[in-house]
Parts: sequence; C-alpha cells; structure tokens
Amino acid sequence: MSLIVAKELEKTYVAGEITVQAIRGVDFAIEPASLVSFIGPSGSGKSTLLNMIGCLDPPSRGTLHVAGQEITGLSRKEAARFRGEHIGFVFQDFNLIPVLTVFENVEYPLQMVQNWPKDKRRIRVMEMLEAVGMTDQAQKYPSQISGGQKQRVAVARALVTNAKLVLADEPTANLDRHTASKIIDLMKKMRDEFSTTFVFSTHDPRIVDNVEITFALEDGQLIRNEKAAGGGHA
Amino acid sequence: MLNIFKLAFRNLLRYKRRTLLTSMLITLGVVAVLLFLAVSGSFKAMMIGQITDSMLGHIQVHKKGYLASVDSLPLNRNLTENQINKVKQVLEGNEAVESYSMRIKLGAMFSNFTETTNIRLNAVTPGAEMATAPLLTDRFLEGDKDGLIKPGEILIPELIAKGMKVKVGDSIVLVANNKDGSVNGQTFMVRGILEGISGPGGRDGMVHIDDAKSLLRIEGAEISEIAIRLKDIDDLQGVYASIKQELGSIKNKMDQPVFEVHTWEKISPFFNIAKMIDLMTLFIKIMLVAIVLVSIMNVMIMAVFERINEIGTIAAIGTSPGKIMGLFVMEGFLMGILGTTIGTVISLVSIYAMNVSQISFDFGRQSGLLLSPTINSGDVVSIVLIVIGIAVLASLQPAWKAARMDPITALRHV
Repeated sequence: MSLIVAKELEKTYVAGEITVQAIRGVDFAIEPASLVSFIGPSGSGKSTLLNMIGCLDPPSRGTLHVAGQEITGLSRKEAARFRGEHIGFVFQDFNLIPVLTVFENVEYPLQMVQNWPKDKRRIRVMEMLEAVGMTDQAQKYPSQISGGQKQRVAVARALVTNAKLVLADEPTANLDRHTASKIIDLMKKMRDEFSTTFVFSTHDPRIVDNVEITFALEDGQLIRNEKAAGGGHA
Repeated sequence: MLNIFKLAFRNLLRYKRRTLLTSMLITLGVVAVLLFLAVSGSFKAMMIGQITDSMLGHIQVHKKGYLASVDSLPLNRNLTENQINKVKQVLEGNEAVESYSMRIKLGAMFSNFTETTNIRLNAVTPGAEMATAPLLTDRFLEGDKDGLIKPGEILIPELIAKGMKVKVGDSIVLVANNKDGSVNGQTFMVRGILEGISGPGGRDGMVHIDDAKSLLRIEGAEISEIAIRLKDIDDLQGVYASIKQELGSIKNKMDQPVFEVHTWEKISPFFNIAKMIDLMTLFIKIMLVAIVLVSIMNVMIMAVFERINEIGTIAAIGTSPGKIMGLFVMEGFLMGILGTTIGTVISLVSIYAMNVSQISFDFGRQSGLLLSPTINSGDVVSIVLIVIGIAVLASLQPAWKAARMDPITALRHV
C-alpha cells in the first residue's frame, strides 16, 4: 500500500484580484521506505506540493492520502496532531530551537507533541543521537555546533517519533559540498535503518543522483517522473 | 505544563536585559502601589484614630433633628431621662460596645473679668469620657491630665487661652442661657489647655457634667449626645446597623423615630479626605494595571514577532495551537511573577525600614505625627493577583496571534 497517494491535486492561491494556480491536477503515489525528490525551477510548485503532503496547506481540489488517511479536510488541530504522529520535517535553515540543547531539540517532539514519559524519552533520544553521530554534542546549544551538525540534529528530531515520512525542503542548500554529501548519506542510512520515506524538494543534483524517484514539476504540473535503477515506485 | 514552564523560562532568559527591564517596570509599579497603600492607609487609620479616640467616638446618638441644628447647640433637643435609659439598655445589651459617654453640649460667654468671648463646651463625666475618647488627655497642652476634670474646673481650647490671655490656675466666669432663656453665671478655675484638632468639637472647651447641669439649671438627667466607643472599629458598620435598627424602632407619639444614630463618618469632614485617599488609591491601582498591561503586551508582541520562524517550526513539528498559546501566556505570567515578587519584597522591606526609622510628619495644626505604615496581607495578595492576572491578560492577544499563525507563512518569515 502506498504511503502517499495524490489524485487530481490542485492548489490555487487568491491574492486580491489575482488568482495563481500553483498546482494543476497532479497525480502520483509514493511507496513506503523510498527516497523521492521533487525538482523544478523556482515557482514550479514543489514547495507547495511538499506543504500539502505535510498537512501545512490544504489542497484546493483533489484527494491526498498520507499514511492511509485522507488529509484534505483536516482541521488546524487535527492537522497538527497528524503531523506530530506521522511526519518529520527537515528545513533548509535547520530551524532548531536556540534555547534548547541538542538533546532537548531532539526530545521536543516526544515531550511537547507526543507526551512520552521521561525515561523512555531519554532512551529514544540517545538512540537517535547515536544514529546521527551526535551523542557527544548532546549538551551543546545550536549556536555551539556547525551547520552540518545542526542538520544531523534536525534529521534526528524528524525521526525521533518513528515518523514514516520525512519531508525535507532544500536540506542541503545551506551546507558545503562535503557536509551535504554526508547529510545525504545519513538520510539514506536512516531510510535503510528505520524504513522511513524521505521526500525532498530540491535543486541539488547530488540529492537527485541519490534518490530512487524524481518528480519533475513545471508550472504546477508533473512533467515527468524518473525511476533510478533498483529504486522505489511511483 | 512543566515543559511549557521550562521552555518559557528559557525564552525569557534569551533576552535577559529586556526581561529584566520589563520586570523592573512591574516592580516599580508594585512598589509604588504597595507603599502608597501602606502610607496612606497608615495616615488614614491614624487620623481616624485621632478623631474618634480624642473626641467623636465611633458612633453618636442624638435626639432626632439635633445634628441638623448642632451649630446653635440647641438645649431643647436634649434627650430626656426616659430616652437616655432606653439608649443605655440598647448599648449595654450590645457586646461590641466598649464604652459610652453622655455629654451636654452648650454655648456660653467666657469672661476673664476684663474681656468676654463666646465658647462652645462639652460637659462630660470624666471616667466615661476617658474610656470613650482615650486620646483626649493627649490633647492637654498644659495642666494636670489625671482624672480629666473635676466640678468647678474648666479645660479651655488653646485659641481661647491665647486670645484671652488665660493661663492654667486662672479663674474665669461662664455665663449661659438655659433653654427657657434665663441667664446664669458660674466661676471656674482653668484646669488645663486643650490642643485644637480638626473636625466638629475640636475646638470646644470642657467642663464637668454636674457644673453644666447647675449652670443650665437642669434637674434630673438630660443630655445632648451619647458618644459610643466600639471594641473593634472594623465592626463599625455592623454595630451601627444594629443600634440604628433597635433605636429606630422607638417612635414618639407622632410615630416618628425619637433618636438619630450616626457613625463618625457622617459627623466628621475627615471622612471625605478618607474617601479621597481611597479614590487616589484606586487611580494608582489603575496606573499599575496600565503599566503592567502595556509593558507585558509590548514585550510579548515583540517576542512573537522575533520568533515567527520558530513558531512556524514548532507548529510544523506538530505542537498544538493550544500549547503554542500556553507557551507565550506562560512567558507573560512568569514576567508578572518575577516583577511582583521583587516588588513585594522591596515594598515590605521599605515599610519595615520606614517603621524602624520613625518618620514623623505634620497634618494641619498637628505636628510630629509618627508615620507607621502597615499593609495587610489582603492588600498584598490582591495586588499580586491583579498584577499577575493583568500580565496573563496582556499576553493573551500576542499568544493567540502566535497560536493562530499559519505555519507556512511563519516558516517563510526571515
């Protein structure tokens, strides 16, 4: 069963008298434990698509199933709960909470969203920090670690709730070449280890080279999808 | 809740200087209000004490219509023996009454054998008067306080003593009309000189009640007013209502009430000053509310604006709008707690210091009054609750805005 199924998905923005159709009748499906990227020029609709998959922005038309649930009609509160249970996010600017340590940043979704008990939280957070190689930086604040390390922490935070889907918007845009490669490798490793699906919105050819399926978007339409050899399904 | 508390606390520490400045503003407001309450409350209590304990008593009973014509000290509106006994019966059955004093109030001509002037007099029974107005003897500027007054003696107000150049031990003559209009005179020895105080009767002289009876040729019991002292002034309104009800039920032949009962508030003009102090206290409290409201709201609006991206992140991660709102409300609450705690501590220490340093002040013609500010726990608790409540209230709008923020817009914010 597909993790994400989109049918005739449309998104229209209205700003005053101007109507912009950001997504125009898109159909696709993404299987569990796959690495998928959406590519396209600026304004092609890839971030909009990611936002819709992430329950941050409701579609204007069409249906969108994520983890077996139709998410188009969710209320604000329901959408927040759904994101907290099923989806992890990795941002271009890392978006760690500056007043929390590395440990506390990873702990945040378990503590503030899923209300895990303290002992279990501690074990789970340490597991994730070990998986991303950040155990020794656990007590540092985001301002005390490098960009690559921040993104590792962000990956750990996205995966700590056992999310089956991680949405990563330009995750390597603010990283140097070497660090970006390491982050891509880390995500592949996480996919293998936790069977998590990673969906990227990116311009970075290194990500495109490493994913199994690439959807190309232009003017809000899916113009092609490419499957790498031995990759996932679309 | 503990998690929200921890995160809110860390966020406040993020901008230490701003948090400190806002808290200090709240502290300043709390200190201003608590000190004002303590000092004005002390001033008010002291002045009320001075007025009631050295002259008026807490409650006064007169024959109906007496107060309306009190300026002429009408002798034809005195209480008769039968009426006095009825009042005594009511007062002695009331456990809240500590003592009462029967007075005859009269006007007379005061002569030092070379000059003559008018004088208003209170004729009293010394024991009862001292029990009812225990600070009366403190008004002695000269003369023997012990036993207050004996028959044949007079206490004269300082203005008359100065104006008529009369000293303690001098003989004077009082000439008075009785209620039938006949004139009588009597010689008195000046026993003491009384300090004048503000309010009705504050510049009256004093003689023994037996002398007033003989001067006015009163036979039997007849008095102008009964001053009542309560065991606890806080019971004033309750006791007043009960005495008024009991005496109000006694009617004359025309089915009209025989007595009128008044608290000191109705009789003394100082009550208006006390009301003014209460009004000023209210305005100071309103200013405090405004300070807290504006400062907290300003800081919280800034906090939300500065952390838009962060709000977007925690919303995207799945933090519920309620928790996001709770986080910002908690920050306002903590700032309120911090400012209030420091303000309360500073205020209590300042009040203690003022009491230790024994600050004195002048009021009207009275000088050297000792300022002894006190504040009751009820006032402290109410101010603390007002400030914290307003701090939370001021955080609600920015917190609501943060909770309702669209995650996508917030995440795009730079």
